[in-house]
Amino acid sequence: MTAADRIGRWVGIFVRQAIVILATLLSLFPVYFMAVSAFKTKSEYIANKWGLPLAPILDNFSTAFAGEKFFIRFINSTVLTVGSVSISLIIACLAAYAFARMGFPGKRTLFNVLLSLMVVPPVVMVVPLFVSMVRLKMVNTYHGTTLIYVGLLLPFSVYLMTNFFRTVPREITEAARIDGASNFGVFWRIMMPLSAPAVITLIVVNALWVWNELLIALVFMQKDELKTLMVGITALRSKNYVDIPATMAGLLIATIPIVVLYMFGQKYFIRGLVSGAVK
Amino acid sequence: MQYRKHEPWLYLAPMLLALLFVFGYPLLRLVTMSFQRTSKGEEIFVGLANYATLFKDEVFLTAVTNNLTLVLSVPIMVAVALLLAIFLFERIRGWKIYQTTLFLPYLLPIVVVGLIFSYIFQLSGVLNEALIAIGLNNLALDWLGSTQLALWTIMFVVIWKEVGLGVVLFLARLMSVEEDLFDAAKIDGANWWRLQWYITIPQLATVIEFFTVISVITMLSWVFNYIYVMTAGGPGSSTMVTELYVYLQGFRYNQMNLASAASVLILVVTGVLIFVQFRLRERSGEGEVAL
Repeated sequence: MTAADRIGRWVGIFVRQAIVILATLLSLFPVYFMAVSAFKTKSEYIANKWGLPLAPILDNFSTAFAGEKFFIRFINSTVLTVGSVSISLIIACLAAYAFARMGFPGKRTLFNVLLSLMVVPPVVMVVPLFVSMVRLKMVNTYHGTTLIYVGLLLPFSVYLMTNFFRTVPREITEAARIDGASNFGVFWRIMMPLSAPAVITLIVVNALWVWNELLIALVFMQKDELKTLMVGITALRSKNYVDIPATMAGLLIATIPIVVLYMFGQKYFIRGLVSGAVK
Repeated sequence: MQYRKHEPWLYLAPMLLALLFVFGYPLLRLVTMSFQRTSKGEEIFVGLANYATLFKDEVFLTAVTNNLTLVLSVPIMVAVALLLAIFLFERIRGWKIYQTTLFLPYLLPIVVVGLIFSYIFQLSGVLNEALIAIGLNNLALDWLGSTQLALWTIMFVVIWKEVGLGVVLFLARLMSVEEDLFDAAKIDGANWWRLQWYITIPQLATVIEFFTVISVITMLSWVFNYIYVMTAGGPGSSTMVTELYVYLQGFRYNQMNLASAASVLILVVTGVLIFVQFRLRERSGEGEVAL
């Protein structure tokens, strides 16, 4: 290798590192900004916006917890997330079993319909759903909103589980059938335990989606004591505008469950997203 | 596998019921509502009148224009994601950590991100303070408060958040390409640009198409959260988008029928894009298991 080559190589590495580091700093800055601001007093925030807090305080967290019914909102979000993720998981696995292991008329069409429902934006259904829900008296109820989330989660869930079930070798399920297991027995005792990785992926992806969702929560959980965390947060913008550090503390608390979930399930999460796009 | 003829339907029934309730019936109802208007408590058929009203409404037209403007950012997003994915694939030092951090924005709630950015972009926010500190006083602008700038600021935030998905998708695909392909090209003396142009991009073609279509759909019909949190459509209606229009008409001004007509238009546009996606998939021969 000549000296010129070596310099060229070194420049190449330098440029790449510079670009990627810049992108990384850009990705992290808002999170950093939120985290440091949450530990500053109001006056320190004004005087020192980007530096680390010189005298970190925890008062903002108690302010955040006290204001805006933070705790109730946190519980509401949790109830909706746990409810809709678990119900949609069961329904999706049952349907995926039929798609992966049985034949029925219209199978291909139905699967294609599911694929297209994956990208239908929820905003399109909001108005007529609201009309139906009013008639059924299910606006401002946990079960009504959970039902909507279940429906919205299903297309992706069924798609992901079907793809996974298809990879389970037929010999295993056939053998169990010969040993006298019913179809449901095969599903419950063989398919489901074998699908643990796919199930975890699905739980992580869906839980994040419901936790972060705004529009449905805004429209269908309007009562103050039923509002979700994300809806509560949007209200902070107008009300607590003056107390930015307390707002940041609230945001930090709302983000922590997600970061924890991501750290535990990073590989599952990436796998789930990639499975939608890459064979 | 042995099963009775009706058995698949038992497994499918809960899904079908939920889908009919959440997608099927509402979509049918949406179309009928868009042709109706409420008058003295009764729904009357008015033909295309709601659609005519929409196309005469300045605010709706602004919303459509804004959505289309946001679509302009898709090529930038794809290019940035592609460049970062290629660098990470070249295994630059620390690439695994970079992958994790670059993907982080995609996971954060839009509501949280939007609020943080609205503080960063405040007139007296951290960005402007930094710009003034380095002597760029002229660049310290009212990023979200100016009718000319707000939409572009929001566009930046959307790109900031969504680009990580592209990086992860592209990188995952690159990892599954035979290394030999790259080695062979290098031995043949291909320079870096030719390598990307003739090997990397063709190998990524289907994923690039997927990410592009998904991003276009995002810009047209999944930006509600950003707008609602950062500008609520303002200042004026300079950042109005079709989704916010539907929300405001339906739930603030109680014009459900007008909101339905706007929803139908969103649905039609998304539908065309989904169709394009299907055709691309069929052409690449992946058929039924791929989105």
